Amino acid sequence: MTDQKLLFKFLTRLGDNCLILGHRNSEWCGHSPILEEDIALANIALDFIGQARLWLELAGEIEGKGRSADDLAYLRDSHEFGNLLLSEQPNGDFAQTLLRQLLFDAWHVYMLDGLTSASDPRIAEIAEKALKEARYHIDRSISICTRMGDGTAESNRRMQDALNLLWPYANEMFTSDDVDQAMEDMGISTPLDQIKVKWDMLIDGFIDDANLIKPKDNYAQRGGKQGVHTEHMGFILSEMQFLQRAYPDAKW
Amino acid sequence: MVNNMAQNRPDEKTIWQWLDDIPDPEVPVVSLVDLGIIRAVNWHDDMLEVIITPTYSGCPATSIIAMDVETALRDKGIDKLEIKRQLSPAWTTDWMSSSGKEKLRQYGIAPPVGKVSSCDVNDAGDGSSFAPAKPIDLPCPRCNSTNTRCVSWFGSTACKASYQCNDCLEPFDYFKCI
Repeated sequence: MTDQKLLFKFLTRLGDNCLILGHRNSEWCGHSPILEEDIALANIALDFIGQARLWLELAGEIEGKGRSADDLAYLRDSHEFGNLLLSEQPNGDFAQTLLRQLLFDAWHVYMLDGLTSASDPRIAEIAEKALKEARYHIDRSISICTRMGDGTAESNRRMQDALNLLWPYANEMFTSDDVDQAMEDMGISTPLDQIKVKWDMLIDGFIDDANLIKPKDNYAQRGGKQGVHTEHMGFILSEMQFLQRAYPDAKW
Repeated sequence: MVNNMAQNRPDEKTIWQWLDDIPDPEVPVVSLVDLGIIRAVNWHDDMLEVIITPTYSGCPATSIIAMDVETALRDKGIDKLEIKRQLSPAWTTDWMSSSGKEKLRQYGIAPPVGKVSSCDVNDAGDGSSFAPAKPIDLPCPRCNSTNTRCVSWFGSTACKASYQCNDCLEPFDYFKCI
């Protein structure tokens, strides 16, 4: 692959993570157990959709085929999406939603921090913007997940179940492929093993504070970055893309 | 010809005054200039360039703001206009004017406390300090009591947190530092 194609893939992965996780969070709007968390999830979803637009806009510009952020979001099929499997996992119970967010935020904040010194200034400036938002996200995630884990027997059980369920998907974040390697070589992103060291420290501290047990198995369920998604992805796209598919080129 | 146009065009100070009359669509008590989101105004011959930076990447008001700027300046007779988005340096509440902060307070929104410019990502794994700290003793914009509490770090818009005064019980927004 040319550098241009590799960069396009990397940027769509960043954008797709935000788009799909943002969509998942938006599904809670009006349904959360308490109003404050409903508003928080909707706000976080909004940040993610904004970040997705910035990354996908740049991806389209680098691809050079005239595709807009909207074209990339609404007119690609599942196998062309490069989001992590973690981001497309169903909302499940509230513990699953909160923990999915924490595992992602912990990766996101360090990934963005590294990207602020990317050799391409267009990437660095989006990362600088997104990092400010990601810091608020991780603060909330750690605080609420710790309280839930270190809460009642029931909330602890739910957090532990969520951790066991999502752990193999979290491991995908640190499996490097040719795209990740190329980004390191081009001076764009921080090596994933360096992000993993920081992620581990943060998550280990959280697991400890929240009275949870760290899953021993380090198996990584992979495929999302390469476009091989779980069965949930098609359902997300059918809802998210419905309007553009049913009424092509419809405008707001 | 170009020189004539250059002589007729309003100077930048006038343009800034016009922009200062445009209210923020979500917090209409402050102007776009108060918020610090207008980054620059430049003349290129007879074409005026206005550079705007978004507050949050997903802020739904961004496109409305661009439209409001365009409408206001066209009403003043500026035909050749280009509105550009600039992401870097990323917007910070440090750029909000002191008069803007005072207007917010009078409107019932607690303005941002402190500066965020020196805040770095904390690597120690202490999640409490990734974002600027939650202000304690935040004065209630209604009764001025500092006996207040943070209800949620997220509020009615992306840029605000929800607080409540423990004395007068007023629920209020805090424009958080970013």
